[in-house]
Amino acid sequence: MKLEELAGQCGEWLRGTGPESDIVISSRFRLARNLAQFPFIRRCGEQDRSAIERTICDRVGAVEEWSKLAYVDVARLPPVDRQFLVERQLISRELSEGEGPRGVAIDPQEKFSVMINEEDHLRIQVMHSGLDLQNAWDQINRIDDMIDERVTYAFHERLGYLTACPTNVGTGLRVSVMLHLPALVMTQQIERVFRSLQKINLAVRGLYGEGSQPRGDFYQISNQITLGRSESQLIEQVGKVVPMLIEYERRAREFLVRDNQKDLHDKVSRAYGILCTAQTISSAETMDLLSSVRMGVNLGLIEDIEIPTINRLFIHTQPAHLQKLRGGELDTADRNIERAQYLQRHLRKGNRGGAQQKN
Amino acid sequence: MKCQKCEKPATFHITELTDPAGPLELHLCEDCAKTYLTQGAVEEPGPAMIGGALGKQVQVGQTAEELARLDQKVCPVCGISYYEFRQAGRLGCPHDYICFEPELEPLIVSIHGQSKHSGKVPRRGAARTDRQTDLIRLRREMKEAVEREEYEKASQLRDQIRNIETEY
Ligand SMILES: [Zn+2]
Ligand SMILES: [Zn+2]
Repeated sequence: MKLEELAGQCGEWLRGTGPESDIVISSRFRLARNLAQFPFIRRCGEQDRSAIERTICDRVGAVEEWSKLAYVDVARLPPVDRQFLVERQLISRELSEGEGPRGVAIDPQEKFSVMINEEDHLRIQVMHSGLDLQNAWDQINRIDDMIDERVTYAFHERLGYLTACPTNVGTGLRVSVMLHLPALVMTQQIERVFRSLQKINLAVRGLYGEGSQPRGDFYQISNQITLGRSESQLIEQVGKVVPMLIEYERRAREFLVRDNQKDLHDKVSRAYGILCTAQTISSAETMDLLSSVRMGVNLGLIEDIEIPTINRLFIHTQPAHLQKLRGGELDTADRNIERAQYLQRHLRKGNRGGAQQKN
Repeated sequence: MKCQKCEKPATFHITELTDPAGPLELHLCEDCAKTYLTQGAVEEPGPAMIGGALGKQVQVGQTAEELARLDQKVCPVCGISYYEFRQAGRLGCPHDYICFEPELEPLIVSIHGQSKHSGKVPRRGAARTDRQTDLIRLRREMKEAVEREEYEKASQLRDQIRNIETEY
């Protein structure tokens, strides 16, 4: 598979479809698994790592479902390509920056990927657009069964699936939902909402945080605990709070529209204006502004742009994506210029250079 | 205040809302904060939690003497010491859950609030994996034999390994 081909697409998790997709960006599942006959990665030498990679590829490779996947040898990938896969969330930063033989099998539709020799021998992950927990679980469960038929997982009668870090032992399952919550951030309710989540064992993380402030108002909710609760209990636990968060966000948006219409419209319009006219712009600023525009589109304050377009801009303006799309390496200053030009081309297209806004 | 991961001054103060381990405060310099936050961006509240839980374990219980003794405990299969686990937050092999059980148990309870798995089981059930564990040990012993230039022993071990491997 050519990564350049992926670069032009959007990727499943930013497709912008699926239930509640104005607020819920994606549903992600991850399973941590290890082969019983090898040490965990920390105690693996080059030879062990190669043997793990070979064992998995040989045994599972024969399955039809697996043969459709593109296998990428991450150890041999140039840094910009590794970064590209991180930006697309097909691999983790840990795999990208790890060492020794390691790789990832990628579904061409980008709905799932299987990382080999990350923190655990196997990290299976499934990403669906929108709020789609049950289907995402069914899919990852099937992939897990398929692999389980061909290898022997490290498993303990009392502790469940054994993992390199005791924080993942048990089900090895992380259920995550990524939400876009700009109105809760604007109305300064976000902290309070998250404090209530921590009381019920859920973890909250910002996306693409480059400082203490998460960028783009994206937040990921996931289960903290992996042991002692079944997969369906974990899914239910995360699934239960999502409608609540959606409701809070919608109420905050309604409040902004009702009581702060002028300020809101001003913020959205300015964001749109800067994105359409800037000559040089950082990734962080782009994400913040796109976030406002995204909310503006969802509230009907900006017409002529579709949510999938904005989602695509979120990912295409990331550093490695810009360079893949441009077809060459760019330093930070050049990237900021390239990013501004890219935004102009894609935002002005279709509305002839001017932001047509509803009054 | 100094960064917890390097010598630079800490300018980022991050609170991880981990439960039941409780809120975990991190004080990091800009570079380390960047790495830390982008690492977590994909998923993983884990790495922060293990640090917090391990820290608590040390605070609550053991005297320095007990801890020093504990640190020297070594897994007979993969050769990791408890000290190495405590430093890295990562275990060396599946057998560690058995040989470090008394030490890991309170840690696991403080992370998960429970100590018994509920949910999916592999197709073969909870069958014992002693043979697989033997493989891990034998491969390590072979590597060590080669390093000590004990080639005869290494080749015996290799035959043993091959015999087991063909069973799977
Ligand atoms: Zn630092
Ligand atoms: Zn071990």
